[in-house]
Amino acid sequence: MTAFASLLAGLVFGLGLIVSGMANPAKVLGFLDLAGHWDPSLAFVMAGAIAVGAIAFTVAHGRAVSFLGAEMRLPSARHIDRRLVLGSVLFGIGWGVAGFCPGPALVSLGMGEPKALVFVAAMLVGMGAFEFFERRKRAPAPHAA
Amino acid sequence: MSIDWNHFTPLAAMAGGVLIGIAAAMFVLLNGRIAGISGVLGGLLRPVRGDSAWRMAFVLGLVGAPLVYLLFAALPRPQIDAGYGALILAGLLVGVGTRYGSGCTSGHGVCGLSRLSPRSLVATAAFMGAGFVTVFVTRHLLGI
Repeated sequence: MTAFASLLAGLVFGLGLIVSGMANPAKVLGFLDLAGHWDPSLAFVMAGAIAVGAIAFTVAHGRAVSFLGAEMRLPSARHIDRRLVLGSVLFGIGWGVAGFCPGPALVSLGMGEPKALVFVAAMLVGMGAFEFFERRKRAPAPHAA
Repeated sequence: MSIDWNHFTPLAAMAGGVLIGIAAAMFVLLNGRIAGISGVLGGLLRPVRGDSAWRMAFVLGLVGAPLVYLLFAALPRPQIDAGYGALILAGLLVGVGTRYGSGCTSGHGVCGLSRLSPRSLVATAAFMGAGFVTVFVTRHLLGI
């Protein structure tokens, strides 16, 4: 049941990205180019999404389980650290280089764009590298302990 | 700065944004989770038993969205100007950065700001700031 809800949510999310124009990297870069001919559209996407999201999260914060009975798993971390800022800066540089963030890249992949496939493959390699180093950091070397 | 009136599409942007908000709302109210695309994807690379089906389903929904859109209207074609080298570099940075920083435009930007998370506010300011600076450097200093 949660898988079906996820499928529907993914579809609606993807449709939102196409309708808003955010599945198009040129349009995203138009927003990031403050010094050029600026296209403020992305700010309006965020405003529309947050207006609806704010209501949903207010409801969600008052509940222990979801409407399908799933456990509410909202992040509880509050500390602002180097990881958060450095990671976000790296992401922002990558975002500015190609105009793709993860969602629009997956949607463009669904449009059959070969360039989106290259980006998504590199992104998965990046995510995999992160997992690899995190796991090595957590598990001490076999004979060191 | 000058506004690019030819490309500025406030109504479509707002409508699409509302759809994205509805998707995030469905995700948290039905599944009890944050619709953070990098987190959902990253979790697939660290498989935990019984934790992969909903992740795959969400990704499938995103990838399948263009097909559903096609039922109603012709698909707008994305304009991807970056070359293959730039795409690989950008993909690596986005992959590592979103996992290290615990989120991307959807998790921190949409969901985090919706729930007034100070962490997400800092993250969103950091990636937007880095994005602005990167485009300024590539387009106006390097002229790429």
